[in-house]
Amino acid sequence: MDILVFLILIGVGYFIGNRRERQHYEDIKRREKGTLHVPIMSWGAKQDLPYAHEAEMFVGSVVVANDYFKTISASLRNLVGGRVTVYETLIDRGRREAMLRMKESAIEWGASQILNVRFETSNIAGQSQGGMGAVEIMAYGTGIR
Amino acid sequence: MTRSIARNTSMILTNLEGVPGKEIIEHYGLVQGSTIRAKHVGKDILAGFKNIVGGELKAYTELLQESRKEAVNRMVMQAEQLGANAVINIRFATSSVAPGAAELFAYGTAVKVQ
Repeated sequence: MDILVFLILIGVGYFIGNRRERQHYEDIKRREKGTLHVPIMSWGAKQDLPYAHEAEMFVGSVVVANDYFKTISASLRNLVGGRVTVYETLIDRGRREAMLRMKESAIEWGASQILNVRFETSNIAGQSQGGMGAVEIMAYGTGIR
Repeated sequence: MTRSIARNTSMILTNLEGVPGKEIIEHYGLVQGSTIRAKHVGKDILAGFKNIVGGELKAYTELLQESRKEAVNRMVMQAEQLGANAVINIRFATSSVAPGAAELFAYGTAVKVQ
């Protein structure tokens, strides 16, 4: 009985999680193309200030969680070590999503450039003890216009 | 969902070392704001289900956004008390201080610009 539940959870995690990941990546790629016209800079604090009329700070954040299949597969990976690709894609998705959210809110405001972009990642320990419950990723920067 | 990071305020917030197009005429030093938030039990249970299929945890995202806004507002209030009209070089930090609770922290330099 237990093994059945376990297998069902893995199956659900694998199929639904994979599908959602694919959809999310398609969505991210589409939005990234749509926002390409606004350059993002990770410098800006140590240089001379650019000419602009107004500046405002924008923040984008997202909390992502791994699915059951990824949890199991990562714990198996822990036995032999090496790249944990299932987590890599998860964090990559989160980071791009957070940046897109920041970018989209800046574009809405009318920004022509976003300067001094910084990322912050923190582990929001979920109900699960240890390991990766959920990760919050935030991106922030200053939009100028 | 409002996009802005702070409540309606005339305070200029940037994470640059100044305000483009304006000149700093006075420094007031560091201002900070922080808040510690715990999760709602119901949300935690829902998030547990979400851990099976993965993806974004919308409830948490909103919770943290709201808390961050609170932290920024406290920082802005402190800056207002000092008589500043801008906070520059803002940084954020997040740390989980206890299981189920997160501290959101924002700090920056209060200045007066012209």
